[in-house]
Amino acid sequence: MEHKEIVVVGGGPAGLCAALQAARMGAQVTLLEGDDRLGGQLVKQTHMFFGSQKQHAGTRGIDIASMLVKQLEEMPNVEIRTNAMVLGRYEDGALTVEENDDFKVIYPKKSIFATGASEKMLMFANNDLPGVFGAGAVQTLMNVYGVMPAKRVLMIGAGNIGLIVSYQLMQAGVEVAAILDAGPRIGGYLVHAAKIRRAGVPIMTRHSIKEALGTDKVTGAVIVQFDEKWQPIPGTEQTVECDAICLAVGLSPFADLFWQAGCEMKFIPELGGHVAARGLDMQTSVEGIYVAGDVGGIEEASSAMVEGYLAGLNAAASLGYGGEQVEQQRHEFETQLNDLRSGPVGEKIRSGLAKLQA
Amino acid sequence: MRLEEHPILKFNRGKKVTIFFDGKPVDAYEGETVAAALHAADVYHLSDSHEKHRPRGLFCAIGQCSSCMMVVNGRPNVKICITKVQDGMTIETQIGKGDLGWNTKKS
Repeated sequence: MEHKEIVVVGGGPAGLCAALQAARMGAQVTLLEGDDRLGGQLVKQTHMFFGSQKQHAGTRGIDIASMLVKQLEEMPNVEIRTNAMVLGRYEDGALTVEENDDFKVIYPKKSIFATGASEKMLMFANNDLPGVFGAGAVQTLMNVYGVMPAKRVLMIGAGNIGLIVSYQLMQAGVEVAAILDAGPRIGGYLVHAAKIRRAGVPIMTRHSIKEALGTDKVTGAVIVQFDEKWQPIPGTEQTVECDAICLAVGLSPFADLFWQAGCEMKFIPELGGHVAARGLDMQTSVEGIYVAGDVGGIEEASSAMVEGYLAGLNAAASLGYGGEQVEQQRHEFETQLNDLRSGPVGEKIRSGLAKLQA
Repeated sequence: MRLEEHPILKFNRGKKVTIFFDGKPVDAYEGETVAAALHAADVYHLSDSHEKHRPRGLFCAIGQCSSCMMVVNGRPNVKICITKVQDGMTIETQIGKGDLGWNTKKS
């Protein structure tokens, strides 16, 4: 059994920043990551980030990850533990951890859960065929391991993930047959969509997949047009030849630990599903448990990083760290978050957060 | 298929090793997952489902969805998307839940 001051669960963008901020204020921080390396999903983001300079706009996600990890490794009051998967959170505050095939119990004074999200599935016939991949899986194979998962891909979803992964597939020499989106508009940034259209890939709104074809592996797909009520229009079916179908239809917060801890949970579709209710300080309804990043609502990695800083700041401040600068820094992070969520792009997240704090 | 050239990324692969998929040798590189090595060798069908025996493949690649479980070194239900290759490792297509007696039989 171990006693720790601040435990951060998850070494993605939110967790890295939470650990950094709390450590900068002088707290003793333990960062637990289930994988054998830090960075979370940043390690496969080869595109340059948007936002402002404060969230490293213009820098590629992979480079942001190595920069944050390097800063963290230089802090003497940070203990980084990889291959350490948090399994559960018990009533007495214990976190149970599987670490390098060993079972450990850790009691933190404060914890920050930054466990991220998992890929959503879509209902269609044969959606279990090999060759139906989540967009993240395609990115992992292609950008982390340099393995092409297919020769010709049908992309489902024209949000930022669908558009960016399509572009990355094309960079790697994979053909993209088309990008479909059931909605009436392209959800992602138009700058990405324009790049893809210039390369001759059709982006078909009000279209979705009806069926995957193949017996042992995807050999094609039947697609169909949708009407204004999101219903398939009979007679509009077309067959598309492809050897993989890539789903970029959203993410669900990976919120198991909050459920186990008995945090108040709310179902908010704009945030991706069930999320822990929280105050502006990122603390949940259970004292001492904070939330940061996609697990608290699906957003861009830039917002996840600032939420991490904010959660780290408030957790450390609650233990008496940080001194006089705390107020000003808190204001600074809150302002950055508001900026990231401003304008038409942030409309969905703003309405989701409004429900959360209601 | 493996990517050799990429406009942004450089792939620094580890030492070349051999793993065995259903008895057949497959090239792999230290540091990569079993899933990466199998997909590089165009292996997509990883297991047969419990009830309807339908083929199952990789879906999430980050250890969350349980769609990629195979028999690794005789042990069933191993998520190959988060399992790193080792020289000489044996990987078998898993049928249903696999043989759960693996741990109690002869070593």
